[in-house]
Amino acid sequence: MPETSSPTQNSSRVVRCASCDGTTLSHDASRATQDVERRRIGEPIIEWCIKLSGLVVVAFVFLIFLFLLRDSLSLFRQYSVKEVLFGTEWLPISEPAKFGVLPLLIGSVFVTFWAIVICVPLGVGAAMFIAEVAPKPLKHVLKSLVEILAAIPSVVLGFLGIIWLGPFLRNTFGLSTGMCGLTGSLLLAFMALPTIISISEDALVGVPKSYREAAFGLGATRWQTLWRVILPSASSGIVAAVMLGIGRVVGETMVVLMVTGNAPVMPKSILQPLRTLTATIAGEMGETVGGSEHYFALFAVGLVLFAITFTINFIADLFLRRARR
Amino acid sequence: MKIVGRYNLQGMGSRTTTIVLSVLCATVLTGCGEAIDPNEPQGFLQTKGSDTIVNAMQETAEEFMKDYPHVFVAVTGGGSGVGIASLINKTTEIATASREMKGKEIEMAEKRGVHPKEIVVAYDGVAVIVNHHNPIDRLSIEDLHDIFTGKVTNWKPLGGKDLPIVTLSREVSSGTHMYFKKEVVQLGKKGSTEEFSKETLLLTSSQAIVEEVANNEGAIGYLGMGYLSDRTKAIRVSRRSSLVARGQGDSEAQGPRDERLTTSNEFSPPTVANVVNKTYPLSRPLYLYTNGEPEGITKLFVGFALGPKGQTKFMGTGFVPVGETLARNQ
Repeated sequence: MPETSSPTQNSSRVVRCASCDGTTLSHDASRATQDVERRRIGEPIIEWCIKLSGLVVVAFVFLIFLFLLRDSLSLFRQYSVKEVLFGTEWLPISEPAKFGVLPLLIGSVFVTFWAIVICVPLGVGAAMFIAEVAPKPLKHVLKSLVEILAAIPSVVLGFLGIIWLGPFLRNTFGLSTGMCGLTGSLLLAFMALPTIISISEDALVGVPKSYREAAFGLGATRWQTLWRVILPSASSGIVAAVMLGIGRVVGETMVVLMVTGNAPVMPKSILQPLRTLTATIAGEMGETVGGSEHYFALFAVGLVLFAITFTINFIADLFLRRARR
Repeated sequence: MKIVGRYNLQGMGSRTTTIVLSVLCATVLTGCGEAIDPNEPQGFLQTKGSDTIVNAMQETAEEFMKDYPHVFVAVTGGGSGVGIASLINKTTEIATASREMKGKEIEMAEKRGVHPKEIVVAYDGVAVIVNHHNPIDRLSIEDLHDIFTGKVTNWKPLGGKDLPIVTLSREVSSGTHMYFKKEVVQLGKKGSTEEFSKETLLLTSSQAIVEEVANNEGAIGYLGMGYLSDRTKAIRVSRRSSLVARGQGDSEAQGPRDERLTTSNEFSPPTVANVVNKTYPLSRPLYLYTNGEPEGITKLFVGFALGPKGQTKFMGTGFVPVGETLARNQ
């Protein structure tokens, strides 16, 4: 834990400096000792405040997890874990109700997988262009455009998906309906692009200049340098960017609720309507009465989702940490 | 007054500015009209629920606020289930619903000290819509049953083009979804366990259904009559089941189709008149639910909605007023 010990090291260094100033100028001495006093009292308080806010965040995550677990466990009193996790039917308002999460899980996996397939090459490619190839003025324009991309509300994208992208895909692929997984994947890919571009670009820019100079010195072309030297050395940062992008895609709700058709089938292809975990929670939460089976079932869906995003973020964190080293 | 205020804003410190501003605000908020007569109704009222009648409720509320300027009525949609859940959770005064409260919900409400009172505010036909390019314009309830349960997946055996059928439904929180499931998917049979075909798209709003049907030639969907527009074609629906069971092969399909055409007068379009004289088979009451007997401004609003002004608004948005139905029945 090098992070926690560093503030105290810093403060002692500052104190030493303040006291050596005091010996040279006598009228400053009293002020210096005052400063020292103030720091002695003030710094621990600030330190504690910062520590506390860190702990609060950890506590929140933990409490959310406990809360999800408690409410979903109530479901498992009536339904077996196997029935919920591997059940292939999601019929929440039928008698008897069935809460098989598998079609929703596979729906989420399908949409996420194709979104990643679409946005990773595009995102990393764009990052490579911005970081290495683009001339400076263009670089600035592109960077701010990427930021604007991140600012588009998901509901607006969903609306565009319904009225434009859906019908377009239907006509292009000759589908029965444009409300299908691919529409969702494309829009989600679009939403994950800013995350992937900006983090991969940071990783590429962070590659030491000496690598580049060495590569050029060995007679490598610009492309060879970029492809064989810079990209591999930035790889863990890029993987982290991709993982964070995946996290964003898995958790995104509004767009998929609006454009994927939400049919709770076991999806066989990305070109058919499907229902995701997030859309299920958003679409059905308002209707459930607190304490009903359906309510608990939605919490179980939430738990599954939480487990997925947690794992993805955890992996991303591992890669980011390796990137920093 | 305004000029003095502006002068003050420039000349003084920020704290004084805040005070001047709040004094100005207070004057504007309370002082623009005459002093309120304490006997005049005033307050805040929340209605939440059915998307089917949210537009009618909004118009009624606006009219109501013209008559009673000191009452503010907020109208929110979300689906009948949302409204009923809010009534049970005591976050709304009036819940609007396009279905009856379920036994379970009433039980849950009583447990939390809420005693739901049911008021029928209007009647509604549930219209079935298809794309204008779809040659089909009439279907029996049984046809609809076969379509929405996935027994028929192509328009051809029904006499249409060789196109796959895309069935559209509302989300499970919708009262229209519940009604359609009970009357069409389960054909009104108690204890039936039939379900919407799993291929059915569950869309979040009636508008989304209109949008998809208008753009997709193979789509069929249902919605409250109030949402009908020129962008889609409403199907004529017959209460009677198909005269002859449909054949399995396409060649047999032509026969029963012709036979059914001879009884075309039984297929009625979703109009107010047909809902009133009950020739249109898919109609249902729309409800307001309050916690106990309505009181105060809630009572005032319910009375207004059931009165001539409110009912005109309901009729204007495509619903069948309560009074007229009663009058015709007598």
